[in-house]
Amino acid sequence: MAEESEDKKPLLSKKIDKFFTGLADAWNFVRRFFQEVLLPPYEFKEVIHQCYRIGVESLPLISLTGFIVGIVFTNQSRPSLSEFGATSWLPALISIAVVRAMGPLVTALIAAGKVGSSIGAEIGSMKVTEQIDAMEVSATNPFKFLVVTRVLATTFMIPMLVMYTDFVALMGSFINVNKNELVSLSTFFVQVFDSITFLDVFSSVIKSVVFGFTIGIVGCYKGYNSSKGTEGVGRAANSAVVMSMFLIFIEELLALQIVNAIRGM
Amino acid sequence: MESREVVVKIRNLYKSFGDLDVLKGVDLDLYREENLVVLGRSGTGKSVLIKIMVGLLRQDKGAMEVLGREVSRLNTKDLNALRLKIGFSFQNSALYDSMTVRENMEFPLVRNIKNLTKKEITFKIEELLDAVGLPQTINQMPSELSGGQKKRIGVARTLILNPEIMLYDEPTAGLDPITCVDINNLINEVRERYKTTSIVITHDLACAKMTGDRMAVLLDGQFNSMGTFDEVFPQAEDERVKSFYDYNFIHS
Repeated sequence: MAEESEDKKPLLSKKIDKFFTGLADAWNFVRRFFQEVLLPPYEFKEVIHQCYRIGVESLPLISLTGFIVGIVFTNQSRPSLSEFGATSWLPALISIAVVRAMGPLVTALIAAGKVGSSIGAEIGSMKVTEQIDAMEVSATNPFKFLVVTRVLATTFMIPMLVMYTDFVALMGSFINVNKNELVSLSTFFVQVFDSITFLDVFSSVIKSVVFGFTIGIVGCYKGYNSSKGTEGVGRAANSAVVMSMFLIFIEELLALQIVNAIRGM
Repeated sequence: MESREVVVKIRNLYKSFGDLDVLKGVDLDLYREENLVVLGRSGTGKSVLIKIMVGLLRQDKGAMEVLGREVSRLNTKDLNALRLKIGFSFQNSALYDSMTVRENMEFPLVRNIKNLTKKEITFKIEELLDAVGLPQTINQMPSELSGGQKKRIGVARTLILNPEIMLYDEPTAGLDPITCVDINNLINEVRERYKTTSIVITHDLACAKMTGDRMAVLLDGQFNSMGTFDEVFPQAEDERVKSFYDYNFIHS
């Protein structure tokens, strides 16, 4: 009877119900993070360990990507600028594009793929193999040890990685500009720093903090709530990446509106 | 037996998951230094019972008193203090797979007992690895261990905090018959050496016979029969208990 009455419910209402339940769960997860992060004991050692894993171990990939982005973007922009005889504006154009949007966005998307999936898979596999329960019964708060530390690490490290990506991308751009326009390093960077403002750098850092928090919390949430064995772990890793990327684009859009509003004041 | 101290007292315990009623009025007294084996088919709520005991799950109704404390009424601090007195050996061992055996054993120790020197920690770890017969595995990763070795290390990890109560969730599941006997011997050794009170969750009657002072058969969300192995089996009147015995000792 119960099954019959459930079958009669429209599919849409089940989906809506599931959506709002998921939203409430996610909200409770975020709220729990802010409660736990302030309460002792503080897991400094584990935060540093996670910062190393997330930051240092991402450097090779970030370096390569940032460098290529700098070179490619410079190369692609040159023809348009040369039509107006404005190739001397290349350092200014590249620096604005990299610092305002491309640096944070590229770094966050790469980190969502590399770090977010690894967090989702790691915590998910710990969940399905009862390692989280084992932690809990040995009187250790698994939320604090696994979630708080990873979210803090991504929140601290993504801004650092963004600044590093900005630098590497600008270096890539400089090599290209130096080869084609014979611009020296000092001239290139004088133009770079002349064209970017405090608001550009500040908004980029704040945006990166938000991206880092998003990558960490989404990866942990998906992993912590994974089920159904190894299939669930794969699904957690996958949905951590997809959800993080989706949220990063929305946050980028919101940040753009806010920064433009501030500029217009 | 009844004059001995009761360490776990369960009264009229109910637990359901959605529409599925798993425990329907369970009553139990567990006495100090007793090995109680809880038997039942898969999905009858055996593991749910011990998870409620350590506060991993919460009952819908009824009382679960462990060492004189009602588990569901404890705050986080008191619950953690109680958990230190209970060792939980998980079905899949639940070793932290990113840590070595040494780090696995260090983890609960250094987080719960402050001011231990490195020498004391190493001594304690080596002592317990010796007790479970695996001193050579100290620097190995869990992925390098066999199923039986993982179970032994899992038991050693829970013993590191000197628990009064040991809970074994399916200790012989997925192991070959010889390793099963080794694990059963280990359960008995742990009781004798560390004076623990134990609950062994299993559907393996050979394990039950070797390790249990008392058997409790969980059927339809309640304990159907309780007593020594010979009292509960082999002359069981209930067909379901009888078939359980027949399957374990005749068909296999």
